Amino acid sequence: MADVIEDKIKNYRTAPFDARFPNTNQTRNCFQNYLDFHRCNKALSSKGQETSPCDWYQRVYKSLCPLSWVEKWDGQIEDGSFPGKI
Amino acid sequence: MAHPAQMGFQDAATPVMEELLHFHDHALMIVYLISTMVFYIIVAMVTTELTNKYILDSQEIEIMWTALPAIILVLIAMPSIRVLYLMDEINDPHLTIKAMGHQWYWSYEYTDYENLTFDSYMTPTQDLTPGQFRLLETDHRMVVPTDAPIRVLVSAEDVLHSWAVPSLGVKMDAVPGRLNQTAFIASRAGVFYGQCSEICGANHSFMPIVVEAVPLEHFEIWTAMMMEDV
Repeated sequence: MADVIEDKIKNYRTAPFDARFPNTNQTRNCFQNYLDFHRCNKALSSKGQETSPCDWYQRVYKSLCPLSWVEKWDGQIEDGSFPGKI
Repeated sequence: MAHPAQMGFQDAATPVMEELLHFHDHALMIVYLISTMVFYIIVAMVTTELTNKYILDSQEIEIMWTALPAIILVLIAMPSIRVLYLMDEINDPHLTIKAMGHQWYWSYEYTDYENLTFDSYMTPTQDLTPGQFRLLETDHRMVVPTDAPIRVLVSAEDVLHSWAVPSLGVKMDAVPGRLNQTAFIASRAGVFYGQCSEICGANHSFMPIVVEAVPLEHFEIWTAMMMEDV
């Protein structure tokens, strides 16, 4: 499973089409991948496993999310004021 | 870019814009034909000295002027729906670029691999070199590779803006807090101009968009050069 993801990350070009977000508004696509990255990190590191599979979500949210949004959310996570559930 | 006294669309640089152009030609021709016919009938009626006081109804003409418009509407609707669905096709982008609207400039982010980000301000008129276009040139252009599906995610950092490039057949509103997706494939190399298309304050007319489509090798050279500068 981890190899499949590693392969996908190696051949990464840009965020692929996600059928969950087929329409013009991609706001949720960006936010969901950001959440999934942090949730994945939290879940895998709490089990003591390697978090490299989570890199997929990171690549996707880095492709999709504006830098200002990412910086703001990172700051909020540090402050503990991030509105999403991680 | 647009030419003085231009009547039609700018030359298409993407397959979608070409289709839009052809559909527009088709629909406009139908409009011209109907308008000419109606105008002719009006002139004929106004200028004749013949009168017929005994026409009450006519089944045949009623059928004609019901069926013919219905057929014409179908002939307009079919290519229209075709183009609509063509624009909505799921594509597999090779590259994602974020275009962020600010008061009063655009910033572009290429973050698929490294974080390449830069601002794009209009070149003031007094700084133009001979041959450059007034109110359309920018200091940095959004460079894209040709023949590659490009996804552009448009948003804004302050007020509403709109990212529009007529040659590419693209216009997408830039809404703060929202990420709007549009896509295009530049089928030829070239420089394509657009302007902010949503009123955004004093310098709304002075935040143009310039997209430069180049072959992939040149795009890679450009990204390497931009990363060094930044």
